[in-house]
Amino acid sequence: MTDIFDILFTVGLWSSVLRIATPLIFGTLGALLCERAGVLNLGIEGIMTFGAMIGWLAVFQGADLWVGLLVAALAGALFGLLHAGLTVTLGLSQHVTGLGITLFASSFSYYIFRIAIPAQNTPPTVEPFQPLDIPVLSDLPFVGPALFSQTAPTYLAIGIAIFLAYFLARTPMGLAVRITGENPHAAEAQGVDPIRVRYGAVMAGSALMAVGGAFLTLSAFNSFFPTMMQGRGWICIALVVFSTWKPGRAILGALLFALFDAYQLRLQNVLGQVVPYQIFLMMPYLLSILALVIMSRSARVPQALMQPYRKGER
Amino acid sequence: MRIERRQNQPKALLIVAPMLAVLAALSLAGILIALAGVPVLAAYKSLFVGAFGSKFAITETLTRATPLIVTGLAAAVAFRARIWNIGAEGQFYMGALLATVFGFQNFLGLPSFALIPALFLAGALAGMVMLVIPLGLRLRFGVDEVVTTLLLNFVVLLFVSMMLDGPMKDPLAFGWPQSVPIVDEGLLPKIIERTRLHLGLIIAIAAAVLIYVINAFTVFGLEAKAAGFNPAAAKFAGVPFQMTLIKVACLSGGLAGLAGAIEVMGVKGQLSNDLSASFGYTGIVVAMLASLNPIGVIFAAIFTAMMFVGAESMSRSFGIPSFIADVVVSLSLLTMLVAIFFSNYRIRK
Repeated sequence: MTDIFDILFTVGLWSSVLRIATPLIFGTLGALLCERAGVLNLGIEGIMTFGAMIGWLAVFQGADLWVGLLVAALAGALFGLLHAGLTVTLGLSQHVTGLGITLFASSFSYYIFRIAIPAQNTPPTVEPFQPLDIPVLSDLPFVGPALFSQTAPTYLAIGIAIFLAYFLARTPMGLAVRITGENPHAAEAQGVDPIRVRYGAVMAGSALMAVGGAFLTLSAFNSFFPTMMQGRGWICIALVVFSTWKPGRAILGALLFALFDAYQLRLQNVLGQVVPYQIFLMMPYLLSILALVIMSRSARVPQALMQPYRKGER
Repeated sequence: MRIERRQNQPKALLIVAPMLAVLAALSLAGILIALAGVPVLAAYKSLFVGAFGSKFAITETLTRATPLIVTGLAAAVAFRARIWNIGAEGQFYMGALLATVFGFQNFLGLPSFALIPALFLAGALAGMVMLVIPLGLRLRFGVDEVVTTLLLNFVVLLFVSMMLDGPMKDPLAFGWPQSVPIVDEGLLPKIIERTRLHLGLIIAIAAAVLIYVINAFTVFGLEAKAAGFNPAAAKFAGVPFQMTLIKVACLSGGLAGLAGAIEVMGVKGQLSNDLSASFGYTGIVVAMLASLNPIGVIFAAIFTAMMFVGAESMSRSFGIPSFIADVVVSLSLLTMLVAIFFSNYRIRK
């Protein structure tokens, strides 16, 4: 029984928390940005998958790791453009469109991957991002190796969250995004073009999602395989609600979630003989549902979320 | 240029729109086939021949279409009332699981004509529960059912895998994750001997007709439409809003669960991890291609089944990854959404 709690005090657990949280932070921030502008982007699962595939493929073909992330971001932005074209310009159902984009982006990823890399027994790998020790801080006992010895994209994720929090709360453009998400007609009256804002937010948000996917294949693992996303995108959508649409809390939510995930992985080793491993694997999804139930009532949903905007039409 | 709502939709668009959508999806996917260095028309010809070229191929396509008709109906029924049930995949597996649980031993010694409906009922009830829970969370706590039904799909798949490792494990399967088989009386009879085509097809078509009748001729059908179309107006007009949605969820989840029961009783005879080839998710595409029309669902399901069955033979002859079928089907969902838009709106200069 003591084992169960001892796990909590191992460096291994805490250093894996940030690693597990990173793709969730990227994905949650991306979905959050889209939703703040009033667009639900359920394409996330597929966009993350595509980012994971295309980023990996670029690096496998000889590109630099950072170029790989950039390629993923560009591809994500293109899917964002598609989503915005369908939901913002045409005003189609955001639910069904997003789902369509997920189905398309995932199957498209698998198709391209199979054409580029014929089926083989051991999937080819790339040399992934290496941990980056932050001077001084990484020498601290326990905290050092746990928090300050991560790969570069993890620090990038946290930097983007801080930037996004500042951007949304303190800049005129951030205000434009927020008004568009709350009331696009009021935004229009203030000289803001809601259509443009939504396009920008959805493309930038989708780029972040794709980078989150690419983190998996370029840092957490070193290869791509179909179905590797395992619903991470949907979990991000739940985390957006949990974060009450605030970037700072998105980090918190992703970390809490990752802590739980890292803990259950290690718990499997201890209790694996007694409890079927599937029970542990179910936990993240059940936890997400629970988080949704708890937070939904208090949540401040952007008021114009999922409402298409057409000039002069209410 | 501006977008303007059409005053009246031409009826012909109901048929023309999906055809154009499918044509657009096939053309776009054609670019991908060409990128793989394969002659596009020859590839599509082999796809068509693979799906309809022989009596056997036709029965395979119809066998594949059977669960898709039922999951397509499940999505169509729910979407019509604006319940975004994306959990048909999980409901499908729960239906198959429960049908297997009650079917692996004939406890009461029932004959086929009694056992089969009983297993259908078990499957449908399992599916119902799996959708009524997320709907309840929406009505009570305001939780978007899209996310909860999606997340539940993963939970159910893990649950099925757990049962296949544990209590339902087939001791004769040499570690292969499959359940003990359903007794012979619980299996669906074949429509044509020596093929896989089973009674499920007829049940699926009957279900489509039944849903059509419910939609068009019953008070519940009208209430469901009203609840989806304009909740505020529906409430004002005295539609019991919550009760209507719960009934719709029972119908939709029940259909998805039934689809699982039909598939396990008709094709495999035992539960396994790969029982569904994404039938739950593909059902959504089927429903949209059919513009949520129950009779249209039959044809949309046959089209998507054709893609999947034909793509396998196209893949064999030309070495194109069979994922191309998923690409065409998902693209046709997106092109269909655009087609629906243009049947509701037009662009004025």
